[in-house]
Amino acid sequence: MAKAKETVSRTLMVALVLSIVFSVIVSTAAVLLRPAQIKNQNLDIKTNILAASGMLPEAASAEQIEDIFTRFDVRLVDLDSGAFVEPESVNVQDPMKYDMYKAASDPDMSTNIPPKEDLAGIKRRPNVAKVYLLREGDQVKRVVLPVHGYGLWSTLYGFVSLEGDLNTIEGLGFYAHAETPGLGGEVDNPRWKSQWVGKQLYDENKTEPQIRLVKGGVDANTANKQHKVDALSGATLTSRGVEHLVNYWMGDRGYAAFLKKLREGEV
Amino acid sequence: MSEMTAKQVLFEPIFSNNPIGLQILGICSALAVTTSMNVTIVMCLSVIAVTAFSNLAVSLVRAQIPNSIRIIAQMTIIASLVIVVDQFLKAYAYEVSKQLSVFVGLIITNCIVMGRAEGFAMKNGPWLSFLDGIGNGMGYSVMLLFVAFFRELLGAGALFGVTLMTPVSQGGWYVPNGLLLLPPSAFFIIGLAIWALRAWKPEQVEEADFKMSRHTHKEAF
Repeated sequence: MAKAKETVSRTLMVALVLSIVFSVIVSTAAVLLRPAQIKNQNLDIKTNILAASGMLPEAASAEQIEDIFTRFDVRLVDLDSGAFVEPESVNVQDPMKYDMYKAASDPDMSTNIPPKEDLAGIKRRPNVAKVYLLREGDQVKRVVLPVHGYGLWSTLYGFVSLEGDLNTIEGLGFYAHAETPGLGGEVDNPRWKSQWVGKQLYDENKTEPQIRLVKGGVDANTANKQHKVDALSGATLTSRGVEHLVNYWMGDRGYAAFLKKLREGEV
Repeated sequence: MSEMTAKQVLFEPIFSNNPIGLQILGICSALAVTTSMNVTIVMCLSVIAVTAFSNLAVSLVRAQIPNSIRIIAQMTIIASLVIVVDQFLKAYAYEVSKQLSVFVGLIITNCIVMGRAEGFAMKNGPWLSFLDGIGNGMGYSVMLLFVAFFRELLGAGALFGVTLMTPVSQGGWYVPNGLLLLPPSAFFIIGLAIWALRAWKPEQVEEADFKMSRHTHKEAF
């Protein structure tokens, strides 16, 4: 029997059968579990949007989150012109289905960022971004903008939520990163995140975003304290990454054109 | 060795033949996923499931696997099971699967899984192999939970994400030991655990490879 087991044809046969059986098992699991996974991912994004804008109730159920999220108007924005675009222009029916991070790797839907301007270290930027607006009547009450950029080990993905004046930060949060737990990973620390609340993005001229992460803390006597946030101790590079990505995305290459239009009531 | 009861196969790996403590396998993931208890438990369950079912599957087809492709056949089985586990976590434990990220996929390279498939399941029946997988998975888990307990408690002042000792950064009194949040700290804890285990069960102490001889010359003085 040992001999019969070792022939070439038999070896090939066993390899083939094993591969087929296990590929069927793997694909079945992938196909059957797909809907649950997509649901999880969408819920995760919505949870993070609500968390960034401070609208997430404690221990919220999935239904609650879905329910609160319906108050948001999801729109697609052309970053260069700052105008809204129809979902059809990026080949989706529902703006929620548009994935700006996938678009960033598609040459037709993204632009190369020259290294000098690539503050956030992301190399390519999608042409169209997905933004979340909360209106009350005609007034924009809140805008949640997706941001991402490189920290120390990983790209941080998150949201920045702005108040109706489109200048005051209402909150920020990252939902995906792989920074060192306990050091850079403290970007998730609620106490640290709470410092961002009320900070101003721009100075009076409303041109360049002015956010700085500084050493040694920010107190009442710090100059320009409205733009400054205490950096994370032991995580200089992560802090720098966060500073750069916020300034990049709120600057001319990011959402500045859109925010300007929105402020002037053009869109 | 030949006459093994189911009970032995299941419980020996926990202390007497611990895969991490005695066989020194699976150290890599023991460093990576032990910063918090919650994550560690999910990792442990995943490893138990993978070792158990890969042992079962390998044992079922052990008579059919030609010797020349034995390792790659085991790899195929293990890799498929790991992907299935990963898919399950993404569907039913999304938060934790995000924290475990690549480490679920890296169960494939965990020496314990492969070691048990090759060392045990290739020679024993399906039921015993299945129990052996569970036993070794539990041995791995005991050690991981031990490491995670100290790392989370002393590194973050919490257990299962519940703060027990409020850290200074949140206005409390406890100054967290940052080292324990970094992977190398697990080396110290595993080292101490192995020491404790061998002090308790001296038969696990290996014989010294060589003996230092006494000085015979008077050299530099």
